[in-house]
Amino acid sequence: MAEPVLSIRNLTVDIPTRHGLFKPVEGVSYDIRPGEIRGVVGESGAGKSMTGNAIIGLLDPPARIADGEVWLNGRRIDQMGAEEKRRIRGKEIGMIFQDPLTSLNPLFTVGEQLVETIQLHLGVSQSEARKRAIALLDRVRIPNPEERFNQYPHQFSGGMRQRVVIALALCSEPSVIVADEPTTALDVSIQAQVLDLIKELAQERQVGVILVTHDMGVIADTTDQVTVMYAGQVVEQGPTDQILGAPQHEYTKSLIAAVPRPQVKLHRFPQVSYGGRDTTFKIEDLARNWDRSGASKTGTLLEVSGLTKRFLSKGSVLPSRREYFTAVDDVSFGIKDGEVFGLVGESGSGKSTVARMIATLYPVDAGTITFDGDEMTAMDAAGLARYRRQIQMIFQDPFSSLNPRMSVGDIVAEPLIHHKLLPRGEIAGRVRELLDRVGLASDAHRKYPHEFSGGQRQRISIARALATQPRFLICDEPTSALDVSIQAQILNILKDLQEYLGLTMLFISHDLPVVRQMCDRVGVMRQGKLVEVQETGALFESPRSDYTKELLNLMPRLEQLSEDEIANLRAKETG
Amino acid sequence: MLSFIIKRVGQSILVLLITGLVAFSMFTFVGDPIDNMLGQERTMEDVERLRQQLGLDQPFIVQYYRFLEQAVQGNFGVSYRQGRPVAEILLERAPATLELAAVSGIFAIVLGIALGVFTAIRRDGVAANLIMSASLIGVSLPTFLIGILLIYLFSVELGWLPSFGRGETVKIGGWSTGFLTESGLKALILPSITLGLYQMTLIMRLVRSEMLEVLRQDYIRFAKARGLSDRVINFRHALKNTMVPVITVIGLQLGSIIAFAIITETVFQWPGVGLLFINAIQFVDIPVMAAYLMLISVMFVGINLLVDILYAFIDPRLRVAA
Amino acid sequence: MTRFFESDIFYAFRSSPVAIVSAIVTALLVLSAVLAPLIAPTNPFDPASLNLMNGFTPPMEPNAFTGDSFFLGTDDQGRDVFSTILYGLRISLFVGFAAVLFAMILGILLGLLSGYVGGWTETIIMRAADVQLTFPSILVAMLIFGIAKGITPVEYRDQMAIWVLILAIGLSDWVQFARVVRGATLVEKSKDYVAAARLIGRSPLTIMIRHILPNVLSPVLVIATISLALAIIAEATLSFLGVGAPPTQPSLGTLIRIGQGFLFSGEWWILFFPACTLLALALAVNLLGDWLRDALNPRLR
Repeated sequence: MAEPVLSIRNLTVDIPTRHGLFKPVEGVSYDIRPGEIRGVVGESGAGKSMTGNAIIGLLDPPARIADGEVWLNGRRIDQMGAEEKRRIRGKEIGMIFQDPLTSLNPLFTVGEQLVETIQLHLGVSQSEARKRAIALLDRVRIPNPEERFNQYPHQFSGGMRQRVVIALALCSEPSVIVADEPTTALDVSIQAQVLDLIKELAQERQVGVILVTHDMGVIADTTDQVTVMYAGQVVEQGPTDQILGAPQHEYTKSLIAAVPRPQVKLHRFPQVSYGGRDTTFKIEDLARNWDRSGASKTGTLLEVSGLTKRFLSKGSVLPSRREYFTAVDDVSFGIKDGEVFGLVGESGSGKSTVARMIATLYPVDAGTITFDGDEMTAMDAAGLARYRRQIQMIFQDPFSSLNPRMSVGDIVAEPLIHHKLLPRGEIAGRVRELLDRVGLASDAHRKYPHEFSGGQRQRISIARALATQPRFLICDEPTSALDVSIQAQILNILKDLQEYLGLTMLFISHDLPVVRQMCDRVGVMRQGKLVEVQETGALFESPRSDYTKELLNLMPRLEQLSEDEIANLRAKETG
Repeated sequence: MLSFIIKRVGQSILVLLITGLVAFSMFTFVGDPIDNMLGQERTMEDVERLRQQLGLDQPFIVQYYRFLEQAVQGNFGVSYRQGRPVAEILLERAPATLELAAVSGIFAIVLGIALGVFTAIRRDGVAANLIMSASLIGVSLPTFLIGILLIYLFSVELGWLPSFGRGETVKIGGWSTGFLTESGLKALILPSITLGLYQMTLIMRLVRSEMLEVLRQDYIRFAKARGLSDRVINFRHALKNTMVPVITVIGLQLGSIIAFAIITETVFQWPGVGLLFINAIQFVDIPVMAAYLMLISVMFVGINLLVDILYAFIDPRLRVAA
Repeated sequence: MTRFFESDIFYAFRSSPVAIVSAIVTALLVLSAVLAPLIAPTNPFDPASLNLMNGFTPPMEPNAFTGDSFFLGTDDQGRDVFSTILYGLRISLFVGFAAVLFAMILGILLGLLSGYVGGWTETIIMRAADVQLTFPSILVAMLIFGIAKGITPVEYRDQMAIWVLILAIGLSDWVQFARVVRGATLVEKSKDYVAAARLIGRSPLTIMIRHILPNVLSPVLVIATISLALAIIAEATLSFLGVGAPPTQPSLGTLIRIGQGFLFSGEWWILFFPACTLLALALAVNLLGDWLRDALNPRLR
């Protein structure tokens, strides 16, 4: 086996804070060999990015390396002076950041930025640097590199920019690249291309890659070695197959178990119990007082037909000169009473716009929305008020969906007060009951949103949504901002809502395995159009449209389960 | 790009029309011009005749149009106080203000940008912190106090520099300049410092905070990760990005200099348009006020237009339509 | 309240000597202005208490004719400088606070409205703001003052001067607030908690007042503090130029205007002490604003 190009030993980073010394990274050791990709995985706050920054010498003060050693090609680099470290950065260690939109200087052309870096590290002439830059752009598969060379970053798409960033990281033929969540900001199809490119280049140029990610699927698809981190420490590391196939540590096991699988639908997700995160919620207790009398007359609770939404893309005083972008284009589907209907698609496919039109947040440009036989698009104010009481929504970002200046109690009470559903005196009791049922502590109503974690906030959102006893719940990417373990909890609550309260749901997601677990039927959207609608199982096993097939192919898979294993999972579930 | 400039020019003309309206309204509603032009000895016929002669019996919009027509030709009427055409008085006074504004503007921009960049790069250094603390005093010190302080120190106590006036001036064409005589140059020093100091402080603080903001951006982190030297990062990458927002504000500051000249001119009895304006306010000399307003708005609007065009040249996101 | 004392902002305050000192100075100055009638040794505007013989008494020295001694000396008319400063501070602070309050209320209302409602409302308000921003606020204040002076009958001019001053400074400053509030409103409006409130069926007015307003207040607080310093300086400047507070109700600026005449003849104290008070006030408020901006750390423009 080749000598490691990079070794870190017992690396510890600490940050002095008002409440004492905080250690985001503690005692981390691993090696990278040429051409090898090491995945570093863990949930947010596990210290995975901080490790990368420490290696490359870009820790933001007051964070500092408190202990340990970093060796690069046989030299110790953690103790080097700032100037020496700078010489190594970019030359021997390259770096790729998460967000390609902000990684490039908007005022310089892509070519200028490449040439500048090449000349700095390789000391070649201007024309030679230009030749190399164009070759690199070509290598990372930028079409028309000659022409693209003179363009500014804003003229590139997100995926292309990330490839430019990769080209920049490769400029000086480094021996190690640290890639910090390089595909998190990208769509699935682009993500697959970028990961393939990284894999190829690592092999071809014998570069060691540290790939920091929170996504188990990316780890399984891309990496040779994996390091699992939890709360600043390495809990387990080794060859990827071995760790994913036979995890030893409790945390790794529960983490892997919590990842939704596309192959088989489970009744409930196994919860991550490591670190005392398990919470209990009692949705079934809500069922006793839940008004379920309003069963739909027709069996179809919500029906949209010919739904269209256009946004102004170029304004003008003259109506004839205005340009529009059609975000939702003639979409029709129906959702049955008690069903969970999924809408999947990449960003910009129009799925969230559909949800927001149903939620009355956007006006409808054309088409109709019919709820329980009544046409919403033709309702008067009183009708709309009744409609809004029966429809609720859970949003993607738990940090922006709760008003930071209102107490949690006031947030949950607002719909009750607005719709005058309870006498004033009974509101406080109902609010506390709701919060308790979604698993929050008894004093939660007095606190403010910033005192809660992302998962807890999402549960507050659920409590608010349940306050009016709605019949229809819209979930717009409810878990995409959450860690896997928290995602499992929230998805389980949503499953309970359907089972015990009989809620009908529209579930929007870009994450196919999650959709497989949650939905009864699924619609696939692309560029504003509904491509196909099928029963979930059928969609995953025999997709009709080419686009769906492509999406399913690109889906990162944790593992290919054998028939036995699937049977095994099913047995565990019932047992 | 071209449509952007056309749009801006359109907006500028709109601004001028609005300020013209304000200036015109001053004529119409503030004080009665008839009262001002005819003395106590007047007959109803006199009033009526003058009213027709001045077109005051016409509809508002027609009067406004006439006013604009006159204004474009440089005719702003006669000063109530001095009894001379306003345009003549303004032309006589303008060089003094323009020379003062130019010197202090250059002083404020050059020093402001240099110090701003310095304090941003060496943000934790002793010198930078001292400059920042001093700048807060600079912002808190009203312009007129700075002027008084400088006069007291350099004119009264040390007797080095004159405390008022322009010194000797030389006439070149219609322009009287103080640049060509020793006493004229000496007389410029204190007023320019007074006028420029506050603007310099503002520009410096702005440049510093914009630059710190830019230095926090991901592309600067990425530039560091590429191994670029601090010099290249600070002066090539960060400075260019800093200048984009800074240029707009500097444009506004240049406008402020002309307005703040009013204060400096009062303290130093500098015979410019600012001093003229402040006297006009005290004596409610409407034609002078209106003419000053029009003159200064043409200047501001011109500067803003220039800045917008410059802006479009620096930022490729505006230059190249995506 | 305990929540406030445990908050990070209070911690930041406690650990910043500059913030504490400037808060104390500001508080002292405001307090002495409010309590001026109780603290001041004499009422400088009561002709009965004045003795022309006491004119030009240097600080801390007995007067050559009357033997009276004054802490900070007297002016040409024998008025106690310390007392005139206290009363002048009262006028300066009153005008400053009132003008900022006026600008703030106007700016918040128009900013919220243009940010939340959008469309033509926004276009008209923000265009007006742009036009006004083309002109420096001190010039706008002078113009408003000049016009108001023109339409006020001569006999009321002195009485109205203070209110005209407040109007002039307030109207010249609302743009700052409106722009910041509009910007913050646009950000808040796109957040999901506003969508949640709309989904509940809350009216636009309720959403603006109950949901958005509390979330845009922290940048407003910073702007208000900095604006207060600017308003105090603007008032002093206008009064110094003779287009502000009248001699019958002198503010700090008026006092400096009066004192300037005696600077060259050696009676430095008539100018020096009011000038120091003005500087201390402006500096303390500015430091407080500067600290507040860093502590709240919103990305202000």
